[in-house]
Amino acid sequence: MTLSIAKSIMAKAISGWRQVGQRAGLAVAGLALGTHAASAQTPMYYLETFGPKGEITASLTWGLLAISVFVVVLMSVLVLVAIFRAKRLEPAELGSKLPVSHPGGGHRWIYLGLALTTAALIVMVVWTMEVLAEIDEPAVEPAFTIEVTGEQWWWEARYVDPDDPSRTFVTANELHIPVGEPVRIRLASADVIHSFWVPALAGKTDVIPGQINETWLQADRKGVYRGQCAEYCGVQHAHMAMRVFADPAEEFRSWWEHQLEPADTIPEDDELLRVGQEQFVLKCGACHAVRGTLAGGEAGPDLTHFMDRTTIAAVTLPNTPGHLSGWIADPQHQKPGNKMPNLDLSGPELNAIRHYLETLD
Amino acid sequence: MAAADYQKRPEAGFVTEALEKKLHDMWETKPGLFGVIATVDHKVIGIRYIVTAFAFLVIGGLQALIMRIQLAQPDQTILTPEQYNQLFSMHGITMIFLYALPILSGFSNYLFPLLLGTRDMAFPRLNAFSYWIYLASGLFMYASFLIGEAPNNGWFNYAPYALKSFNPGLNMDFYALGMVFFGISTTVGAANFVVTVMRNRAPGMSINRLPIIIWGTTTVSVGILLANPAVSLAFFFLWLDRQFGTHFFDTAGGGQPLLWQHLFWIFAHPWVYIIVLPAMGMVSDALPVFCRRPLVAYTLVILGTITTMLLGFGVWVHHMFATGIPFLSMSYFSGASFIITIPSAIATFAWIATIWTGRIVMTTAFLYFAGFISMFVIGGVSGVVTASVPADLQLHDTYFVVAHLHYVLIGINLFGVLGGLYFWFPKMTGRMLSERLGRWNFWLTFLGFNLAFLPMHWTGLLGMPRRIYTYPEATGWSWVNMLTTVGSFVLAFGILLLFVNVWISLRRGAIAGRNPWDAPSLEWATSSPPPAYNFPVMPVVASRHPLWEDRLDESDGHSSIDRGLVLDDGKEMLATSVIDAEPRAILKMPEDDPWPFLVTIALTVGFTALLLHWWWIGVAAGVATLLGCVFWLWPRDDLAQTKGAAHE
Repeated sequence: MTLSIAKSIMAKAISGWRQVGQRAGLAVAGLALGTHAASAQTPMYYLETFGPKGEITASLTWGLLAISVFVVVLMSVLVLVAIFRAKRLEPAELGSKLPVSHPGGGHRWIYLGLALTTAALIVMVVWTMEVLAEIDEPAVEPAFTIEVTGEQWWWEARYVDPDDPSRTFVTANELHIPVGEPVRIRLASADVIHSFWVPALAGKTDVIPGQINETWLQADRKGVYRGQCAEYCGVQHAHMAMRVFADPAEEFRSWWEHQLEPADTIPEDDELLRVGQEQFVLKCGACHAVRGTLAGGEAGPDLTHFMDRTTIAAVTLPNTPGHLSGWIADPQHQKPGNKMPNLDLSGPELNAIRHYLETLD
Repeated sequence: MAAADYQKRPEAGFVTEALEKKLHDMWETKPGLFGVIATVDHKVIGIRYIVTAFAFLVIGGLQALIMRIQLAQPDQTILTPEQYNQLFSMHGITMIFLYALPILSGFSNYLFPLLLGTRDMAFPRLNAFSYWIYLASGLFMYASFLIGEAPNNGWFNYAPYALKSFNPGLNMDFYALGMVFFGISTTVGAANFVVTVMRNRAPGMSINRLPIIIWGTTTVSVGILLANPAVSLAFFFLWLDRQFGTHFFDTAGGGQPLLWQHLFWIFAHPWVYIIVLPAMGMVSDALPVFCRRPLVAYTLVILGTITTMLLGFGVWVHHMFATGIPFLSMSYFSGASFIITIPSAIATFAWIATIWTGRIVMTTAFLYFAGFISMFVIGGVSGVVTASVPADLQLHDTYFVVAHLHYVLIGINLFGVLGGLYFWFPKMTGRMLSERLGRWNFWLTFLGFNLAFLPMHWTGLLGMPRRIYTYPEATGWSWVNMLTTVGSFVLAFGILLLFVNVWISLRRGAIAGRNPWDAPSLEWATSSPPPAYNFPVMPVVASRHPLWEDRLDESDGHSSIDRGLVLDDGKEMLATSVIDAEPRAILKMPEDDPWPFLVTIALTVGFTALLLHWWWIGVAAGVATLLGCVFWLWPRDDLAQTKGAAHE
């Protein structure tokens, strides 16, 4: 009984705060950035979110921040008022004495303060527990699972269809999910601890070697959401980002179908692409896989549908011919310390490989 | 000598010049190199702690400024990623271990015997030892820079990135051994504080008359004794994993990376309270002096201090909410992290009430304490926000937490310390710090700090993760980072003014006299700086504010400063009972002694040998350490240790 009343009060409080918070948040963010579309300018902002999990957390965070700001302002005003209303004495002359007194009444302040603190804390704890229970599991069981493996310094994603194991495929750094459906994410690490984080959709879950952690994502709006490794994982922790594309369900299914296909065979008569593929298999195939060719390495990202991706090197560079050439020619320049070696390719080799990669759509 | 020769009933007497001369000759450290390495004077050791800790503060601060230049704009390449990672790691290690606790140990070392009305710490040679170990372990960890292999995995140092397979250099070995080494210093230092406060107080200084900083330091000293074993063990395990292929943390052999996090945080979260509670104690003692009244709610503040430390041992998992721990533990640790607000809030209300009901003397120290209260509240409430699991899953490992922890460490530790420095500098040096420079120092520090770290909360809400050496423009983090960089330089300039002030005031500052602030506690009853023996006769205490008794009507009798027990038969001080501080025995105190220094040298050689795998030198250093301890602890006539002479 009491619990249900508390719950309904909480629900009201949450929806109220959400509106206030969202408006205030956009206003603050808009003010700060001089734009209304704050979230587009700040892709890692998490007080405006686009999925049920993120939203309920954002409301809670807004509420806690509002209480915090109120407390800070209140206490600072009290300090200032206390200072300005108090009688001033000049510092003591050497060896002289200043008056000292012991007025009572101070204890009341402390008891009042503690009572208010306790009341505020109870509200925050109940609200916290409510949200915690809510975000633990999605409302409906997710239709499929993405097995994400964190590696120094990129993300491997294996899409698993629970009903048909043959419909499994591997991609990297750019996830696609259907709009409006929860997706289960199963997290493993190939080396050290990472943390999986797409702030506009949900909070973090650590990726820890020797254990499997699970979380879930849901995006209610079509869009591209930036994610980034949030646990320090070594030299290139700064360049271990990802993108999550939320597409309408139909688009997502056809993307999945496309991903299942091996790479297109190259035209027989195209000498440049033939050399490019040969060189790729020879120079790159030990680490990278392109399904349908002899390149089957597993140390680096699967490149079968490389041109589907908008970025390279874990969202470090846009996937344009210029950046791609630069990256292959000298991967240690943009992302020093990463595991892709400098292969000292000749100009023609580089050109051929780059042209070959551009056919992998 | 026969045992009976030690039986002595001390006489009460007045301070005389002859007595002072006699005590001076007994207690004063001899000049020269021997005196430098052998002194056991707590005041010398305290000042050494303070100077060394400030030196580390400056080094850690310069590291921060270099990082701020790198982060001022997106996509900068001033630092390589590895350089940045070593800098942020050493910045954390320096500030948290080599500055934040040692600075408080310095003040406590200096102040304990003075506040307690006695002549030295319970174990003066151990005190010297704890300083030498602190210095040696700090230099040991910094030696890593000489070969370009400083720790590069953050102060938190998570496995498995700390293991040899991912981190093959000496970086982590420096840190692992350095922390085991440093742990010796904190452990013996803490034990010394606990025994001193229990056994060496002025007669009459019952536990309800102790200054708050004594409570603060004693509380955290007990905390250190309980928390430190976990971290020493964790670092020792890590070293074993790295050198001998044990697998405490290595999943390949069935080890658990999360074991590291538990062992580390069950130490490191209490550590956060360990490095703020004594600073809060300083404010609780010094702020009321400038409000011309005793602290409001003395007893509640002490209970709050102790409760905070106790609860501080039950919240460590809030650093691990994202690690996939079960729902129930998340709820428990979240709740505990909320509850700890209550005892830590008590002091805040007490300070505000003290100002509200007092009459204010506006000094730089007062400004620091008033600023401290607001900074404390900001650091406190941002901590409460991160106690909420769902919110923390977003806030965790972002700059929001960086902002939070700097409000805690700078706001609560540094601001308290700087206020404390303005307050006690006259006692330590005999000269006042300039108030005019002090105002500039305070306002620049205060504004620079807030300019740097208040917008940083927003940086965190914009989703900037911690420990990244650069970021792309498209994230929208550029302008807030620029603000922080500008603020950090203003803050640095403010701190520079402090050193200018110290430099000038040491030469030309106004002479302080015994009690320039007209403060109530015993350290102000002796000259500034105090003589080596602190008090010519043992003071007797009749109230919580011995020097304010004439103006406060709260004592039964009168404290006695100029007349008390005369202890001049060699270096002597009183042992007193734990609760009521009744005199129980006369203690023979050790002369200056080089053994603590020599044992430190042996240990330094030993740890270096372990680092470099010079196993035989390591064994030799171990034997030398043991022999050194034997010489150090060998029973001596002059300490009345040869004939069983405890006089209960």
